[in-house]
Amino acid sequence: MNIHEYQAKQILESHGVNTLRGEVAETPEAAKTVAEALNFTRYVVKAQIHAGGRGKGGGIKLANSPAEVKQHAETLIGMQLVTPQTGPDGKRVRKVLIAEAVEIEKEYYLAILLDRETSQLTLIGSEEGGVNIEEVAAETPEKIIKAQIDPAFGLTDFQARQFAYQLITDTTYRPIIPNAAALILSLYNAFTGCDCSLVEINPLAIVKRDAALDIVALDSKVNLDDNSLWRHPDIAEMRDPYEEDPSELEASESGLSYIRLDGDIGCMVNGAGLAMATMDIIKQNGGEPANFLDVGGGASVEAVAHAFRLILADENVKAVLVNIFGGIMKCDTIANGIVEAGKQVELNVPLVVRLEGTNVELGKQIIAESDLNVQQAEGLSEAAQLAVTAANSG
Amino acid sequence: MSILVNKSTKVIVQGITGRSGRFHTEQCAAYGTQIVAGAVPGRGGTDVNGIPVFDTVAEGVAATGANTSLIFVPARFNAADSVMEAAAAGVSLIVCISEHIPVLDMVKAKAYLQTGDFDNPFIIPNGPPRLIGPNCPGIITPGECKIGVMPEFAYTPGNVGIVSRSGTLTYEAAYQLKRLGIGQSTCVGIGGDPVIGTNFVDVLRLFEADDDTHAVVLIGEIGGTAEERAAAFVKDKMTKPVVGFIAGQTAPPGKRMGHAGAIISGGQGTAADKIQALKDAGITVADSLATIGETVAEILL
Repeated sequence: MNIHEYQAKQILESHGVNTLRGEVAETPEAAKTVAEALNFTRYVVKAQIHAGGRGKGGGIKLANSPAEVKQHAETLIGMQLVTPQTGPDGKRVRKVLIAEAVEIEKEYYLAILLDRETSQLTLIGSEEGGVNIEEVAAETPEKIIKAQIDPAFGLTDFQARQFAYQLITDTTYRPIIPNAAALILSLYNAFTGCDCSLVEINPLAIVKRDAALDIVALDSKVNLDDNSLWRHPDIAEMRDPYEEDPSELEASESGLSYIRLDGDIGCMVNGAGLAMATMDIIKQNGGEPANFLDVGGGASVEAVAHAFRLILADENVKAVLVNIFGGIMKCDTIANGIVEAGKQVELNVPLVVRLEGTNVELGKQIIAESDLNVQQAEGLSEAAQLAVTAANSG
Repeated sequence: MSILVNKSTKVIVQGITGRSGRFHTEQCAAYGTQIVAGAVPGRGGTDVNGIPVFDTVAEGVAATGANTSLIFVPARFNAADSVMEAAAAGVSLIVCISEHIPVLDMVKAKAYLQTGDFDNPFIIPNGPPRLIGPNCPGIITPGECKIGVMPEFAYTPGNVGIVSRSGTLTYEAAYQLKRLGIGQSTCVGIGGDPVIGTNFVDVLRLFEADDDTHAVVLIGEIGGTAEERAAAFVKDKMTKPVVGFIAGQTAPPGKRMGHAGAIISGGQGTAADKIQALKDAGITVADSLATIGETVAEILL
């Protein structure tokens, strides 16, 4: 699950990570009130959407007074913010974070994530902060430092300190090392305490306030492990439904795995791998899949009916391909599910069904004898071809 | 011959009294698998269709000599802990079907397994216990032993090994082979999670050493770099022919396609990269889901 910057900031703060002082606001008036209460000399007003590159899209503004904060909030709240990560339509801004604008001395990158090679958490840092870290990793990999965290012992004090020394090499900043080490430990505690799948501070900055140095998380990103949300109800509540495709949200609530795509052939498949491979075979036959949809192993009548409703709610869909490999769940059961779902949902586009597996003949017979207007395919290639032809003629 | 499991494998089922545990235990037993015990806290002394149930895995292992554990414990009942319990009880193979296990729990469980410091009579000569999964369909040696949830009709005994991150894709591939008259030595579903016990390379190494496996089908998907590592292993160490398939060529970046591991992030883990890596290693890549079977048939000619 993704959350907003201001929510990530709350999580990190609650674990002791030094972040910029600031508050979130949903209206220009509230933004002004917040700014007055904070009483800084300079402010930064940041649009809150689930996408990076907000600065490039004009979603981050500087202000010198609460009145100016209000002006910027008026511009930002309600705008469709387009960044390199949002796609051409952009994302609607509903909240802004008002924070202190600070004098930055030096920017760094700091993150914790799972290293899938070692199945261990890894600290990642770079002196190249505030930029796209993937580019740094590709172009100057020597500027990336890493440390593996042994799950049996967690991140140790000495590791955090050692990492801080490796990250901050400029001796001018030596006095800040203990703070940096403490921040790294706090970041680790946030990761493990909240079951994160990624915590990233970019930039982590050494700033100057009244001539004193401080190290602060200027911007942060936190992703959470969906499998752990049940044990963090407070974090689960941070989900912003506006940031999610409503049909994907509806699907996840009913146990279906659905991702909307741009094509015109709706797909209903059992199993994630088979669903991806079905999308691929549609493309290989000259079509474009409209979605990824895994109905799961059970594929009950309810699940199938729900899946049809989701697929057909997409106006782009001109044909539907059902690809089921009946295993433990037999083909006749699935066929009955499709027929029953066909009674509950108005099928206004061509339907191509490919069944394989246990009781396949019985399943085909049930579909053939139903009132449904269905083309049955013998093999995968034929199924994909039929679906593509149907979509093109529709 | 086969890898990992055969007729003499003795299985204890953790979570045997749950709906799915009970159902699949029956299916496995009907296939001929020696299911010798079940383990469910608080259910010790009862039985499931004549299979004795124990409160702890340790008791079950001591009483029955089980050397393999099959886990159906739901994630919310701490399935990762069940993996550690199985290891501590001294089984040499743990097959964890459970899905939705929190990643940090698996990080810990996997580290626990790798300590290899378990007091048991079975595993010391072979090192730490091997974990298959979690979030996987399990493992089957057709005609001998099924430890998992795969539909057995899709399989038939033979000489092609299959290793896959995806369940239904494996069934599809095995069934295509079966209809072409090609059987399988062993089929292993390694699971779709970011942290898994056994990876492609581990299984490829076993297939390479198995006399009765003549060719291997490797079914990968987008996300991570497991397929690239497998390709490097095939190039350096394998003499047997390998057929590859990668699902997710049309998947958009940043979206999680069902499996937690199936996500393209930061331009890494794309299908195109993986297919190229497999081809560079001399692996024959089936370009479509529909042609996995045919591709294997061609290289076996």
